[in-house]
Amino acid sequence: MTVFIQYLVNGLSMGSVYAIIALGYTMVYGIAKMLNFAHGDVIMVGAYVSFCATSYLGLPGWLSVVLSVVVCTVLGVLVEGLAYRPLRAAGPLAVLITAIGVSYFLQNAAQLLWGATPKNFTSLVRFPVPPFLAQFNVSAVSLVTILACILIMVVLMWFTSKSKMGKAMRACSEDKAAAQLMGINVNRTISMTFAIGSALAAIAGVLLCSYSPVLQPTTGAMPGIKAFTAAVFGGIGSIPGAFVGGVLLGIIEAMAQAYISTSLANSIVFAVLIVVLLVKPAGLLGKYVPEKV
Amino acid sequence: MAEPMLSVYNANVWYGAIHAIKNVSFEVNEDEIVALIGANGAGKSTTLKTISGLLRSKTGSIKFQGEDIAHTPADKLVAKGLAQVPEGRRVFLEMSVEENLEMGAYTQPKSTIAPGLERVYEQFPRLKERRRQVAGTLSGGEQQMLAMGRALMSNPKLLMLDEPSMGLAPILIEQIFQIIEDLHKAGTTILLVEQNAQMALSIATRGYVMETGNITLSGTGQELLHNDDVRRAYLGG
Repeated sequence: MTVFIQYLVNGLSMGSVYAIIALGYTMVYGIAKMLNFAHGDVIMVGAYVSFCATSYLGLPGWLSVVLSVVVCTVLGVLVEGLAYRPLRAAGPLAVLITAIGVSYFLQNAAQLLWGATPKNFTSLVRFPVPPFLAQFNVSAVSLVTILACILIMVVLMWFTSKSKMGKAMRACSEDKAAAQLMGINVNRTISMTFAIGSALAAIAGVLLCSYSPVLQPTTGAMPGIKAFTAAVFGGIGSIPGAFVGGVLLGIIEAMAQAYISTSLANSIVFAVLIVVLLVKPAGLLGKYVPEKV
Repeated sequence: MAEPMLSVYNANVWYGAIHAIKNVSFEVNEDEIVALIGANGAGKSTTLKTISGLLRSKTGSIKFQGEDIAHTPADKLVAKGLAQVPEGRRVFLEMSVEENLEMGAYTQPKSTIAPGLERVYEQFPRLKERRRQVAGTLSGGEQQMLAMGRALMSNPKLLMLDEPSMGLAPILIEQIFQIIEDLHKAGTTILLVEQNAQMALSIATRGYVMETGNITLSGTGQELLHNDDVRRAYLGG
């Protein structure tokens, strides 16, 4: 039983990292209607910034997270403005290919800047865990990750449903021309979405590397793909969907590693995705709104 | 005579190689209802979209209250007092009725939202009953009312309506036109694009007839309503 709970907690915390990344994917997809395949690499940049801030500049951990959030936010807005905005009128395929290009660009720029040798990321989250949790090997990182993920989801749900900017985002998501007729600046709204998604990626990067400490230019790639899977699994465009998708994906992965086979874990995760999409093509919480014309 | 509220001068718009509107010039004076009528594909909607900044004219000028707006981004026009009810309603289907209306007041100070909602709900009691419902569940007529209410939330000086009668039952069309007249009486200037020439001209102060991208005829609503060419082409003899 203790072992099971340990695996469950592992799955939950890894799943929470996936969920935070998936939230970024889903926000951008929901509003800009594009898959930002460079999202995973923003995670890696976030982790590097935090790593440099603590190891080279000697800044405290929390400050390095703030710095990493700021850098990634600026990076996200820049990438959107320079690479994606000029393609707003182009087909989705052109944007998709550009996103893949940006992904390679970021990976190679990181390699140029920080070298290909993996860095050993020291966990930023260190505090004694209460004994009733410690007996299940719950680490401080797991705890913080799970709580951060829940908090982020709640804030994002509030933001999109209640705030003026959030509502404007939903309006843009449905109909950009009609949103413009309301006086909404569509470009600025999309920039804002990228800013939020990239800030989340920075947080995800720090948590991911606090959890598994190997930091290299390709660190963001696999979690990025898995988080994308999680977003589709939960219903892309849906915020609770990204959360549920991410957490379930993490748990399925942890259970598959524990009880079936470590090497088959990824295959099992993707097999589950295929089955879910066969049964529910819009994903678990994908929205279907009846449309009357 | 006072300067017109809106004047379009020599507009030319292309969709790629297609010359959609050709040397179009017309004006709307304060307190008028101006109808732009014509068949499908005559360029009426294109003209409206050009005024609201979703499309651009390669020539000429568009002046609204003395200011050239030909190059103003679409999202900056609402704050200047120009609102458009787009063709096909285009309400935000996944947002509630009230959220749709709030979006209409996006450029307005927060304090105007509550009185704005009250005004719109008074004009359209059906919307008040359904204010928590998502717009996708409304009927076509209700969606048209929502689209109009949404545009009114910005307190426009000039309201442009693109085919408000499209796809609606005759009884609803009468209702919508009654509302347009009411809005006009309450002081809103209106530019109305319609295929339903009969209805549009009967409430219009003045009208313009468009054919294949050109304005071919203009006059008061009554003149056009009794013009033989107009009768033959749009009113069935």
